[in-house]
Amino acid sequence: MKFFDLLGQYFILMGKVFSRPEKRRIFSRRLWFEMEALGLNSIGITAIISIFMGAVVTLQMAINLESPFIPQSLVGFATRETMILEFSSTVVALILAGKVGSNIASEIGTMRITEQIDALEVMGVNSANYLILPKIVAAVLFFPFLTIMSIIIGTAGGWLVAAFTGVINPENYVRGLMMDFRSFSITYSLIKSSVFAFIITSISGFFGYYANGNSLEVGRASTRAVVISSVCILIFNLVLTQLMLI
Amino acid sequence: MIRCEHIYKSFEGREVLNDITLRFEQGKTNLIIGQSGSGKTVLLKCLVGLHDVNSGKIFYGDTDFTDLDFHARKAIRRDVGMIFQGGALLDSSTVEENVRLPLDLFTEMSEGDKRDRVNFCLQRVTLTDANGLYPSELSGGMTKRVAIARAIVLNPKYLFCDEPNSGLDPVTSVVIDNLIREITEEYGMTTIVNTHDMNSVLEIGERVVFIYQGKAWWQGTKDNILDTDNKELNDFVFASQLAKKARKFEQSR
Repeated sequence: MKFFDLLGQYFILMGKVFSRPEKRRIFSRRLWFEMEALGLNSIGITAIISIFMGAVVTLQMAINLESPFIPQSLVGFATRETMILEFSSTVVALILAGKVGSNIASEIGTMRITEQIDALEVMGVNSANYLILPKIVAAVLFFPFLTIMSIIIGTAGGWLVAAFTGVINPENYVRGLMMDFRSFSITYSLIKSSVFAFIITSISGFFGYYANGNSLEVGRASTRAVVISSVCILIFNLVLTQLMLI
Repeated sequence: MIRCEHIYKSFEGREVLNDITLRFEQGKTNLIIGQSGSGKTVLLKCLVGLHDVNSGKIFYGDTDFTDLDFHARKAIRRDVGMIFQGGALLDSSTVEENVRLPLDLFTEMSEGDKRDRVNFCLQRVTLTDANGLYPSELSGGMTKRVAIARAIVLNPKYLFCDEPNSGLDPVTSVVIDNLIREITEEYGMTTIVNTHDMNSVLEIGERVVFIYQGKAWWQGTKDNILDTDNKELNDFVFASQLAKKARKFEQSR
């Protein structure tokens, strides 16, 4: 029963969020601010994780596929597919659910308990729209760029391992990267990252917006936001894969 | 003028406001006093629409506020300024951006006019050279003054203050009280101040309502609050040793 209450509350909040902004200029200003806060500030962590994961995936593939019957180029192929299909969209989204999700929930939750949201409401501002919509739009637009960046950096990480450890021939690795390439995989990955961006920002915004009490409650809202966002990402990953690839 | 009629409000079965009927006069500083937990803040939040009442009516002038939806309430809210207990300034915005926000959202003024208006309001609350500071860089008194500047930037008809002196020293409290009174007279606003500070009552309380156990227990002025024989009000007013000694001294004269 509580689950349906929460779900209903979530959709009511989304109804408030997706209304027309008070002023387009103010919305644009907030959108650019959120692009920087949620997007640009996530480039570093995404890059670091991607380069190491790309390197590790390449190493694992090279070690486990060591056989005279398997061409070395398959390592490059497998690394590329892993990065495009799952890592750069799903795993990066799970990591960003922790970073961005907790940030949003704690920011909005703190605004709630310090009456900043009440102050906006008293002014006649639709606070849900003013605070949450720019975050959702910024993330939905920016996360696909993070995904593309992650794919490029991850596969580069694999090449670096190939070049510096000699575990496979770098030329074979590059040949594998270009083998049997389907552009739809990129489309699939980008659609997934946009959906995950929506899930992270809307769920975190929801838990922050309805936080009440004290700093302890804001902490709990933040944790709940990360956990629920992560679970939803995994569920929607399965659903989207079923819908788009099978 | 604001009036409320037979307001009831409860949270999860616990009754907080019980049949409150009040009238707040225009151009006057109306004070709501009472112990912590008596329902003052809930009453104030019901008046501005942050809480919906269970039953009863709230009128802004002749308009029934309780009957309006969010969009219809917007028109009235443009005429409302509110000072929250902790100031409720937006943490990510500077002083200037905080005061300017209502102008950005609800007016078509030019950038220059907005800047002039913001500076005028900040000067009115005697706060200069603070435009670029963030709320975390302000003292308690400065925060309250910025909140007052933001509340008056759109020339409101109604001003609500929720414990404007909480956390302030006595000297700064008097400054804030006087500022509220001066602004009320200057703009002819209907001001409602929620407080449990007896100094504020004696400084600015033109009309005083005492809320006790969710009911409007007593109403009067600051002049007759000290002479009343209402037991619950006397227990509240003369709770401190200082007030008791002052009364004993007054009676012995």
